[in-house]
Amino acid sequence: MAATFQGLGAATALSLSGSFDSKRLHLLSRRSLSGRKTNFLVVRSDGRIVSSSMPARRSQQFIANAVATKADQAAASTASKSGHELLLFEALREGLEEEMDRDPTVCVMGEDVGHYGGSYKVTKDLANKYGDLRVLDTPIAENSFTGMGIGAAMTGLRPVVEGMNMGFLLLAFNQISNNCGMLHYTSGGQFKIPIVIRGPGGVGRQLGAEHSQRLESYFQSIPGIQMVACSTPYNAKGLMKAAIRSENPVILFEHVLLYNLKERIPDEEYVLNLEEAEMVRPGEHVTILTYSRMRYHVMQAAKTLVNKGYDPEVIDIRSLKPFDLHTIGNSVKKTHRVLIVEECMRTGGIGASLTAAITENFHDYLDAPIVCLSSQDVPTPYAGTLENWTVVQPAQIVTAVEQLCQ
Amino acid sequence: MATAFSSSIHAIQHSRCENPSIASKKPSSAFLGSTHKLRFAAPSRSASVCAATRRRSSSVSAVSEVIKEKKQKSASSSSNLLITKEEGLELYEDMVLGRAFEDMCAQMYYRGKMFGFVHLYNGQEAVSTGFIKLLKKEDSAVSTYRDHVHALSKGVPAREVMSELFGKTTGCCRGQGGSMHMFSKEHNLLGGFAFIGEGIPVATGAAFSSKYRREVLGEADCDHVTLAFFGDGTCNNGQFYECLNLAALWKLPIIFVVENNLWAIGMSHMRATSDPQIWKKGPAFGMPGVHVDGMDVLKVREVAKEAIERARRGEGPTLVECETYRFRGHSLADPDELRDPAEKAHYAARDPITALKKYMIENNLAKEAELKTIEKKIDEVVEDAVEFADESPQPPRSQLLDNVFADPKGFGIGPDGRYRCEDPKFTEGTAHV
Repeated sequence: MAATFQGLGAATALSLSGSFDSKRLHLLSRRSLSGRKTNFLVVRSDGRIVSSSMPARRSQQFIANAVATKADQAAASTASKSGHELLLFEALREGLEEEMDRDPTVCVMGEDVGHYGGSYKVTKDLANKYGDLRVLDTPIAENSFTGMGIGAAMTGLRPVVEGMNMGFLLLAFNQISNNCGMLHYTSGGQFKIPIVIRGPGGVGRQLGAEHSQRLESYFQSIPGIQMVACSTPYNAKGLMKAAIRSENPVILFEHVLLYNLKERIPDEEYVLNLEEAEMVRPGEHVTILTYSRMRYHVMQAAKTLVNKGYDPEVIDIRSLKPFDLHTIGNSVKKTHRVLIVEECMRTGGIGASLTAAITENFHDYLDAPIVCLSSQDVPTPYAGTLENWTVVQPAQIVTAVEQLCQ
Repeated sequence: MATAFSSSIHAIQHSRCENPSIASKKPSSAFLGSTHKLRFAAPSRSASVCAATRRRSSSVSAVSEVIKEKKQKSASSSSNLLITKEEGLELYEDMVLGRAFEDMCAQMYYRGKMFGFVHLYNGQEAVSTGFIKLLKKEDSAVSTYRDHVHALSKGVPAREVMSELFGKTTGCCRGQGGSMHMFSKEHNLLGGFAFIGEGIPVATGAAFSSKYRREVLGEADCDHVTLAFFGDGTCNNGQFYECLNLAALWKLPIIFVVENNLWAIGMSHMRATSDPQIWKKGPAFGMPGVHVDGMDVLKVREVAKEAIERARRGEGPTLVECETYRFRGHSLADPDELRDPAEKAHYAARDPITALKKYMIENNLAKEAELKTIEKKIDEVVEDAVEFADESPQPPRSQLLDNVFADPKGFGIGPDGRYRCEDPKFTEGTAHV
């Protein structure tokens, strides 16, 4: 089941360059990393760097980082030849390892995370470094080891629970819904549950229906949890660190097909903001909201759209619960047209909730009804052709934008 | 691959085959109300599990025998008793508190002061008192929906429990949990769970934390144990078995306490379970399985002592099945029509409080008057708790959104760019989130 994928579609080993000001980052970091307990640096998606966790007012416009396709980003990329290249699963591991070094209460539990190194190698070699108790190989008992993680979190540890495939966490639904989400509330705030539940989900390459599930749509109603989805090595590491440091229970959704994405990420420590969306490509004509793997289908469609004269604005929402209505709202107010591209199924997915949230909050700014492209309400078929037709393909995105912009 | 945790199941075959001697003291239809006779394993040496190396301690069947033996041996009884006077009074007071509190809950419920599902513990006090009074404050206890008395035994003030039941903001969970969700960080009571079985993994996690502290964080003297309380119905649930495996595999300092009161609402244990002897399931996972008379607080305490010491020494978990009975229905909404009156009468005659009273008086540990004083004191405590709860305020609107997230940034960023929790309406409880 642990397959290695060489990237998506036509592009292999997608290289992405960060375009933030790494020099400034370096200066700040030298000062603030002197003590053992440092203020970590939070990189806002608008490129500003703050050195604490206080929520700051966000009034500026953004600068793109990560997947920048505009021509004038070329100059910025020369500044970021520092940093190191790695694959997404290595970025996750790096983030995890840094947090485990920093805080001895951070531990990992899951099936095959220890000696096997993780079925997608996210925890490779960690058991050798930290021992069998800190990187715990569990028996196949999702409900119980997730519950065990919750009990450990209540009593002072910070576990990172891995679902070998997100779909397996359906077996842990009792613990995730009742205990993970609700215990802080039902205990009157006495117990906090700083757990991270992570794992690969989404539609892979002919993995069959049960290994191709999108659990974000099932978990989104649970009060008391946060959900984030990573899509690049840069945000994977940043979100992993942020999720571990958060006092709230966070579910981090990775995607089976994105583990081998390559990107150059900074050497300096950075943590991203769990509640913020990421501006991928600024534009004027239409707002395209997406997350996880569909980001790459959208960017592929964007290339076609640019050639046809459109200027799409692409936002990777990253935070699936709660939605970053500020970034999204600013975009809607600018373009007046919204297209949501997601991998969830049509019914009750993240797209459905997002459509409702945008309609509720920004109805007046819309020139056209929101279009939501989702996967078909079909158990993902095994056959490759059928599987391709269940998920949204770039051609459909192009058509949708053309129709929306008429 | 040899890891620190390769389970050496063969080394810990504690079989406790001799335990059914307790059951063997009863008539052959051991569980009244059952539709078929209990098949129990006679303490035969031929059972293969018994043949494996056994530890010497045999506290369960020996308890009643030890008492008899000791009584026969020496004339002066006080030095050979199972408890001292102070301990006896402590146990008595705790059980009386549990009983009086639950009786008051019933009254208050019918007077419309508490609502929803309320599950009372009358009759089972020996299990809570017998186990929890041996714990330190740092040890954890995890319960089910029948948790009022576990909370009281663990040290949560009666006022806070009663307030919680009334839904007042001074309750131990600020009124947000209710009868089935008693929590106390100070006293390490990790719940209060509405779904059966879902607390067992949480308890396993608390035990894991204890082991982690000792072995990873280097707190060499951390020997905190965890008690997980649950019923006979739960013992047919997957989470129970999964956690028996996890606990035995990693030798977690946890004791699984089964409060077998024979009934899961209206489902008799005998009709729901292929092998009704729950204690036998412990050795199947490599831990000792012990059966004890849960109506006798002294017997429970002896078993608990050993199980807790075992866990503290790092020798791993124990499964203890306490045969007990609830005098009331499953909850205050249960008409309790299915249970045989003869069965109820049988267990009413074994009321743990009466039994302890008798033991203490017969062994000159306390006089009737002293025990009466305790009862009176408890009555006042419970009255005071009701008064306190009555006078406490209801939670205000501003409490609504308070504890959803430990870090309220989790509500996200609103359209205006500020975090929703910065909105002044948020603290009023009227913000749109």
